[in-house]
Amino acid sequence: MSRPADIRLVIVKIVLFAACLLPLAGMLWDLQQQNLGPDPVAALEHRSGDWALRLLLITLAVTPLRQLSGVAEVLRLRRMLGLFAFFYASLHFAVYLFIDLGGFWRQIFSDIFKRPFITVGFLAWLLLVPLAVTSTRGMMRRLGRNWSRLHRLVYPIGLFAVLHYVWLVKSGQKIAVREPLVYLAIYLLLMALRLPWRRWLAALRGKAA
Amino acid sequence: MKRFRIPPIPSSELTPEPVYLQRRRFLRELGLSAPLLLAGCGRSDEAAAVPEPTGPTGAELQASRPSRWDAKDALTSWRDATQYNNYYEFGTGKGDPARNAGRFKPRPWTVEIAGHAEVIGRFDLQDLLKPHALEERIYRHRCVEAWSMVIPWVGIPLGECLKRFKPTSRAKYVAFTTVNRPEEMPGLAYDVLAWPYREALRIDEAMHPLAILAVGLYGRELPNQNGAPLRLIVPWKYGFKGAKSIVRIEFWERQPATSWNLAGPSEYGFYSNVNPAVDHPRWSQASERRIAGSGTSLFANRVPTLPFNGYAEEVAGLYAGMDLRANY
Repeated sequence: MSRPADIRLVIVKIVLFAACLLPLAGMLWDLQQQNLGPDPVAALEHRSGDWALRLLLITLAVTPLRQLSGVAEVLRLRRMLGLFAFFYASLHFAVYLFIDLGGFWRQIFSDIFKRPFITVGFLAWLLLVPLAVTSTRGMMRRLGRNWSRLHRLVYPIGLFAVLHYVWLVKSGQKIAVREPLVYLAIYLLLMALRLPWRRWLAALRGKAA
Repeated sequence: MKRFRIPPIPSSELTPEPVYLQRRRFLRELGLSAPLLLAGCGRSDEAAAVPEPTGPTGAELQASRPSRWDAKDALTSWRDATQYNNYYEFGTGKGDPARNAGRFKPRPWTVEIAGHAEVIGRFDLQDLLKPHALEERIYRHRCVEAWSMVIPWVGIPLGECLKRFKPTSRAKYVAFTTVNRPEEMPGLAYDVLAWPYREALRIDEAMHPLAILAVGLYGRELPNQNGAPLRLIVPWKYGFKGAKSIVRIEFWERQPATSWNLAGPSEYGFYSNVNPAVDHPRWSQASERRIAGSGTSLFANRVPTLPFNGYAEEVAGLYAGMDLRANY
């Protein structure tokens, strides 16, 4: 028999799973209704990219959230969030590859290697692949200590993903760059929360005493 | 006057009449359901969620149609051409101009002619247009952002208009200035570009018969978001060269500073001729998404970008001997 806490976790997981599918449902609905505006390809690229980035940052927020709230169970949502981030990143990449540039294969090649913003975006997706592949419990066991080493890759991935967005819009236009800078600020905050502030404070207090 | 030939376009690119009519019906239906769809919208600047008329609005214009100018490509729908715009004075999102241009008053309108010309001064728009017969020109419109449309403009040849002011031998360039009305144009509150918006052409480019001053599209007066009441169309250059809502035309001896060039000199050159061989630093210009709104294809088709946007035969001579990589 499951404990009440487990049942609650299962319910939370089901709700979260459904919530993570909502952006996809919205895109498919708008696509079916031809409601994506005059340039549907660009709309799909932007929306899938937005959600990949948001879910990646939400995944990165899990550990700080656990520390701040003291609720250990949130850790058990992290894999699903990370896999959904990978799912939307893959969708984003697929739309770009097959719908936007479909048929213009040579351009894809030059895009990925010549354009820094596409290079870092591609790199972010590429590095997510091993993390998705090793997300199972069996892989965790098999990799042991190396698993957490490997999964620290998510920190550079987060940075690459944010840069992908910042560099896309940058060009002396302060207003256009505002939204990507918000994502950058959130990323930096989530990284800063991981620093050992408590130890540093304690050391400082120790010195003062 | 020299005759120009539009490069042949395969008949496969033409929109058959039934499809064209079907599209009308589709647009009507979409318009009816627009409020319902508002609920599910994600990004406001992309979703076409603003309730709007589904067919051309504005006063009808009488224009002749010299067929030699017509691109044979499938037309962009009126709705797409008037709902998906770059006009930063009304906001940087593609849907912002259609949403925010309602308060803008394109009448009465005067244009100031200044600089190296014998006839200068302030002219009422009607007087500026009166001596010229309106013409319809179906042009490809290529945005520097790598999307394109095909639009039937109504306007007058720019060169013929400029000649009336008798530019002097010192007039080597022509500069165009967009109106600057912060109270009617909310985008001006943001420091996005060097306001007022400025663009310029070399005088021989300005005199080329393909360059027009447009006052309408789809047989009607220009909607505010498309640059009412008077805008520049230079079909072989990237769209941003076509200054909108022009209040000032000035003849210069030296090359004038232009807004996008000031914002990003390495990204937006003075010439900005459509050129698939010279990439924008951040994206390829080799191909473009054609927003042709036929209602038959789900997505905008990617098509190869042509040198000078397909008008090379007409305009390449203007740049003979010039290094187009250096003068991008």
